[in-house]
Amino acid sequence: MSFSVTEPSSRTKWFAGILVIGYALITIAPLLWLIATGFKSPADSIAYPPKVLFQPTLEGYVNLFTDRTRATAAMLEAAGEPQTWYDRIARDQGTVISGPSRYGERFLNSIIIGFGSTALCMVLGTAAAYAFSRFRVPLKDDLLFFILSTRMMPPIAVAIPIFLMFRQLGLNDTHLGMILLYTAVNLSLSVWLLKGFIDEIPIEYEEAALIDGYTRFQAFWKVVLPQAATGIASTAIFCLIFAWNEYAFAVLLTSGTAQTAPPFIPTIIGVGGKDWPAVAAGATIFLVPVMVFTILLRKHLLRGITFGAVRK
Amino acid sequence: MTHTPVERASGVPPKPLARRIRGLSDRSIAWIFVAPTILLLLAVNIFPLIWTIRLSFTDYRVNRPNRDVEWVGLANYERILTDPTIWKTMQATAHFLLWTIVLQVVIGFALAFLINKKFRGNDLWTTIIVLPMMLSPAVVGNFWTFLYQPQIGLFNYVVAFFTGADPASFSMIADVNLAPWAIVIADTWMWTPFVMLICLAGLRSIPDSIYEAAECDRASKWRQFWTITVPMALPFLMLAVLFRGIENFKMFDLVVQLTGGGPGNTTTLTSIDLKREAFEKWRTGYSSAYAVILFVTVFGLASIYVKALNKVKER
Repeated sequence: MSFSVTEPSSRTKWFAGILVIGYALITIAPLLWLIATGFKSPADSIAYPPKVLFQPTLEGYVNLFTDRTRATAAMLEAAGEPQTWYDRIARDQGTVISGPSRYGERFLNSIIIGFGSTALCMVLGTAAAYAFSRFRVPLKDDLLFFILSTRMMPPIAVAIPIFLMFRQLGLNDTHLGMILLYTAVNLSLSVWLLKGFIDEIPIEYEEAALIDGYTRFQAFWKVVLPQAATGIASTAIFCLIFAWNEYAFAVLLTSGTAQTAPPFIPTIIGVGGKDWPAVAAGATIFLVPVMVFTILLRKHLLRGITFGAVRK
Repeated sequence: MTHTPVERASGVPPKPLARRIRGLSDRSIAWIFVAPTILLLLAVNIFPLIWTIRLSFTDYRVNRPNRDVEWVGLANYERILTDPTIWKTMQATAHFLLWTIVLQVVIGFALAFLINKKFRGNDLWTTIIVLPMMLSPAVVGNFWTFLYQPQIGLFNYVVAFFTGADPASFSMIADVNLAPWAIVIADTWMWTPFVMLICLAGLRSIPDSIYEAAECDRASKWRQFWTITVPMALPFLMLAVLFRGIENFKMFDLVVQLTGGGPGNTTTLTSIDLKREAFEKWRTGYSSAYAVILFVTVFGLASIYVKALNKVKER
């Protein structure tokens, strides 16, 4: 059996494992608490001491997706038997459902703006990254640094002129305006990341294709793109996550039609104080896709969050 | 025009790529590919920046578009630099930056060091630790106000459980002394994994052979840590500090949702103050000057830092 001095002893491993698992449990606790709160009744959510065991209910989710009005006992009597399970939950609270809340709308906006900007960002970013990777672009290093530096600006600092510019162009509070804005915000990330991925594809593949009579465009389309597919997919997910989570521009530049979920979730209020189960339900639904993507992305995580500046 | 393998093998040097293709030259393709990106960035980043600089010399107010705009020169800058409340804001930001960076570097490096011991199942636990930083800071900040509630909040309950204090006796976000720590704790919870990942990359870049050589020289583990591990991981650590520094200097969403800058102005970071000036008091010219000052500060500090970073890398 070979013995390596750099291989930690089993006791060291055991000790390291305990500490890391301890930290991971502390880290995950607020998230588990968030998910659990979504399934509590409003009374359970503010109980003291905080309840770990509770009767799960979908009240929070019903409150999140519906607008309800308080009804008197006589009116409830007259309304007849509740038709659906969510009607029944609302009826138990002494309310009737008056219509859908705006959460669904806001969530849909998040999806439209998130996916729209990601798609646009990938088209522009892949083309630019390919050009930076394969051609002699004049002032290449300066341009690349310029692209990166756009990320250093605090969003609030450029928000005023963007606000004025969008107002002039009629883009304020529109999906198109937010898609263009988030595309610009994410371009630095996608160009830098994709350039890294394309750099790794051997140039010989394209040369072979060119020799076989392909044009540059054909070589790019049929040789480089399929090779870069994994890199493009993970870059796309990072762009989507950034657009999905963005708050500063969303809260400053949108007020109604194009507002995404992050500015909306904190404004959910209930009767007589904050409806924490509804807030938690809204947050859970909103966070779940990102959690799933994070687990899928774990191999590319480091590259994605550092613009490829550090490679594993 | 095509080349056969025979031609290729015959020793004729291949012609430049540009001449092998039909239609567009490489140069024009390069421009077609790069131009849209550059144009969009110019429109959405550079143009607004120049506009901000221009506005910073005026007394323009967005909410009164019909008023005559007066050119006031450097008056806005003068007012900001002599305003004591701005210095309070800067102090709060510096405090926030210092403590978040110290805590995140120490905890993040320690975690990376432990994970690098390659115990069983470390991938799973690493993924769990990384989750918070991928979430929306605003949504997370909003939920943390619930965790920080006196009496009903999980945070207070846990602290009370371990210290024996009354959970109703303190409020992390309403107490002038505790609120700055409330934002430091939440930010550290969220962003320590970022530092951890970068440190992990740094530790994994150190070749085993160096440790083997040190072991032959009978260097103690402690000594190996300080003479090999720390110096070799230092450029990575510094990179993590750079990224966290820039991000936390422009910190807005998490803190706005958590404390809204309060109580009083104890957690009013520069971005929050700037937002109030620009979008609540609508002092557009004044806040543009403020934005320019912040921008110059972050760029200045970042470029000095990058110089230092490059020196460390060269060693």
